[in-house]
Amino acid sequence: MAVDTSAREYTTIREAAGPLIVVENIEGVSYGEVVKIVTPDGEEKNGQVLEVSSGLAVVQVFEGTSGIDTSKTRVRFTGDIMRISVSQDMVGRFFDGLGRPRDGGPEIIPEDRLSVIGAAINPTARDYPREFIQTGISTIDGMNTLVRGQKLPIFSGAGMPHNALAAQIARQAKVLSSGEPFSVVFAAMGITHEEASFFIHDFERTGAIERIVAFLNLADDPAIERIITPKMALTTAEFLAYEYDMHILVILTDMTNYCEALREISAAREEVPSRRGYPGYMYTDLSTNYERAGRIKGRNGTITQIPILSMPDDDITHPIPDLTGYITEGQFVLSRELHRRGIYPPVDVLPSLSRLMNEGIGPERTREDHSGVSNQLYSGYAEGRDMRDLVAVVGEEALTSRDKKFLEFSDEFEKRFVTQSRNEDRSIEETLDLGWELLAALPEGELKRIDEHIIKKYHPQYRAKA
Amino acid sequence: MSGEEGVIEKISGPLIIADKMRGCEMYEVIKVGEEGLLGETIRLDGALAYVQVYEDTTGLKPGEPVVRTKAPLSVELGPGILKNFYDGIQRPLEDIKHKVGDYITRGVRVDALNRTTKWDFAPTAEEGKEVVGGDILGEVPETKVIKHKILVPPGISGKILELKAGEFTVNDCIARIQTDGEDVELTMMQKWPVRKGRSYKEKLDPEVPLLTGQRINDTFFPIAKGGTGAIPGGFGTGKTVMQHQLARWSDAQVIVYIGCGERGNEMTEVLEDFPKLIDPYSGEKLMERSTLIANTSNMPVAAREASIYTGITLAEYYRDMGYDTAIQADSTSRWAEALREISGRLEEMPGEEGYPAYLATRLANFYERAGRVKTLCSDSEDRIGSVTVVGAVSPPGGDFSEPVTQNTLRVVGVFWALDSTLADRRHFPAISWLRSYSLYLGNLREWFNKPSSPDFTEQQEEMMALLQKEAELQEIVQLVGADALPARERGTLEVARMIREDFLQQNAYHDIDSFCSLEKQYLMARIVLQWYNHANELVEQGIGVENLEGMKIKGTIARMKYVPSDEFKAKYEEIMRDMKDEFEAVKKREE
Repeated sequence: MAVDTSAREYTTIREAAGPLIVVENIEGVSYGEVVKIVTPDGEEKNGQVLEVSSGLAVVQVFEGTSGIDTSKTRVRFTGDIMRISVSQDMVGRFFDGLGRPRDGGPEIIPEDRLSVIGAAINPTARDYPREFIQTGISTIDGMNTLVRGQKLPIFSGAGMPHNALAAQIARQAKVLSSGEPFSVVFAAMGITHEEASFFIHDFERTGAIERIVAFLNLADDPAIERIITPKMALTTAEFLAYEYDMHILVILTDMTNYCEALREISAAREEVPSRRGYPGYMYTDLSTNYERAGRIKGRNGTITQIPILSMPDDDITHPIPDLTGYITEGQFVLSRELHRRGIYPPVDVLPSLSRLMNEGIGPERTREDHSGVSNQLYSGYAEGRDMRDLVAVVGEEALTSRDKKFLEFSDEFEKRFVTQSRNEDRSIEETLDLGWELLAALPEGELKRIDEHIIKKYHPQYRAKA
Repeated sequence: MSGEEGVIEKISGPLIIADKMRGCEMYEVIKVGEEGLLGETIRLDGALAYVQVYEDTTGLKPGEPVVRTKAPLSVELGPGILKNFYDGIQRPLEDIKHKVGDYITRGVRVDALNRTTKWDFAPTAEEGKEVVGGDILGEVPETKVIKHKILVPPGISGKILELKAGEFTVNDCIARIQTDGEDVELTMMQKWPVRKGRSYKEKLDPEVPLLTGQRINDTFFPIAKGGTGAIPGGFGTGKTVMQHQLARWSDAQVIVYIGCGERGNEMTEVLEDFPKLIDPYSGEKLMERSTLIANTSNMPVAAREASIYTGITLAEYYRDMGYDTAIQADSTSRWAEALREISGRLEEMPGEEGYPAYLATRLANFYERAGRVKTLCSDSEDRIGSVTVVGAVSPPGGDFSEPVTQNTLRVVGVFWALDSTLADRRHFPAISWLRSYSLYLGNLREWFNKPSSPDFTEQQEEMMALLQKEAELQEIVQLVGADALPARERGTLEVARMIREDFLQQNAYHDIDSFCSLEKQYLMARIVLQWYNHANELVEQGIGVENLEGMKIKGTIARMKYVPSDEFKAKYEEIMRDMKDEFEAVKKREE
């Protein structure tokens, strides 16, 4: 597209409302164009054209509209779409939500200036993700396996240790076979200073800071800026993955704040709201972020995404987790009940899911018994939890001996399989063997989900003999 | 050129408003801006035309030109549709990749049907014959399993003046027809507007099932060829896996799979699987009978709205050749959301949950295009084809009371309700046997109760009754525990568990269990019910139910699903024998 270099400047703001301004008597403005705004105090703000008709443009202002007036404020249309300067030197650096250095370091010398709006990957160009990532966490590796190129969010709630879990994954994640370049792109949207420094200190402590690119929009930073932060992060991730063959783990936290910002703009534009006031296009908007995870045929780098979102009132049917779950390839759900009982990580495996697990496990990837063990643990634990509900009503005496075994199994499962320390890095073999130890407490006839020859090979009872 | 070219007046996301468009028609294709982005008019207001644009509109400016094409959004029909992979407006994704690389950029122009491929056309009609729209002129071996019938386009009739044979591209003339007015040259390609159903002679009652190889679908809630079905379910309940299973194993001859606003990786999975998996009916690769349409969630939302119409028009075209076709639309909720987004931009008065008031009408129109029909053709011939439509629905929060689910249920014949509590415990397919229904059971009864399985529906009803009974008993168990139940009831719980775990659960990822022939389903049901009869006998003789617990045969029954369909008959005999022996042994021991 031909870029109009003669940037046009106007002082014709007609209206300012919430995060939006309306500029009139304009000419040649294009949809999606970047706008610079200078207030009478000389403060510079950034914006983007949301709607344009002849003579009139609606602009969203990322830094908010405070200080903007309708006579002296200057609005300059740059003629260019939203871009970010990218370079390999970004690794190890910290930026604000709009991609400007925030660590006091020098400006980035750009290798390229990329549009932050990612075009959709052609489905025929995608490579199906099937490389197992070992996170060292049993509930993930064993039961909801993460693979390279997957997008797998953590559904959490206020006060739960999702940050600790995400940091542990970032720290421990490795692909079994390789020592390939690996980097973390961290995008914070509206999280508190404390939360951000938790991540930073954790990365510093473990030396991971050297391979991190962080985009920080903290709670006291402009809210509308959050709309752009994940796009900045993902564009950088794509650059590093596809130009420098790096394997990138993108952590986006907290998507709930991102969606709130989206709602704020939608409300300001007086759009017809969908559920709970969120805009009707939120699904599409979220997907333009999440779908940027993946692998592309013929390129070595990959992008794996772990978005974190806090479910308002722990409600998984709230539009934010709901729409996210429809786009991502599974979810880790944290349970307040487990957390209260002091279990870390409090991953509730029953509603958790990894859709790409089947392709990432099995012989040559993890181990041939993986799928069977995982299925059996699931159904055993589900049954045990049912028993727990039943016991609450009728008492343990009313259970049959079979039911009692399942009840004990579910307790042991939580105590030994789910629970691990914040630094414990279990190999996939350890995880699966631990699974077998627990399953051995059940009658062998109940292990219906596992093929017979696998039982004969891995069941501790037969292993001991062999 | 006044009336043919207007200018952009306003841009708002996927919607633009163009001025100086008087004379423009509704649903006409429009080329927008300098790049000629594709769009379609969806509202007219004086000289203003509201255009939904199928590509990203970033960078468009007011004042850029808008050009009319004077044609509605249409698909190209002809050989080359199968084994292809399209976006929502029938652009081949492979060709887009060759042209612009790994990302779908905008303004890409590619032909839906390849213009240079030569197809081997063999005439079956004769010169001099009188033909009408829908008559077959000849055949092209499009894939290993599908003979593509070249049809006289609807609306054309007359005498065949010339009929060629040999290798042609879709643009070459293959026949000349003398009509009332003038002589018409026909090629192997025709165009058809996607929003208009292709005509047929007569709609027939659905009386043949579409077999899916899935036990709960075929035995419990069957869908008819030409019928409609909906699969609603919250995320993670297995909608997409179910749709993939139907696309893989259903006995339709042509499959149109529409990925409407869903995940990119899922489409990649289909793309990798179908060229590898073998169709159990033809013995050839699944891809030989399939065409895929992918408009993933991050692709332009207006093209998502068009994708289901593109898909169903392709299916209707193969129906007109006399084939049984099936459509899997995953997910219709994303289509409805696209509708909502566009409607919102038009500032229309919203209905329920922000959806436009015409949502119900649009849904009904779409599903009504399904059906088993007598196709257009001369009266001397009689050709029957069908389009079966299965739509996945993604209700927000898994709540079925929302408008898309409710409006869909009003028009479809089968309701496969996915249940997240089943999915949580990895009971797949997570179709709830208590909530689901099929309105075709009555129509299909006769077909199922054919001589080789005279008591098919009887068995089905018996199993269903047992599951119902279990649900009632479970309520009691929740209060007093299973121990307090009488022996007979505990036997019922036991067999119901067997039906759930050993019959209804089916592993889509297991090589053998993924597909289950109807005969195997029938025999499996027979085994389970036979076990129940034996168990009842035991109980009636006063032998305690605890004897049932450790029975060896239960393990065998649990694993019977992993026996291949073609070996199952022999296995069945063996299981029935062993079962009888073991029960007799128990009886003896206890006496």
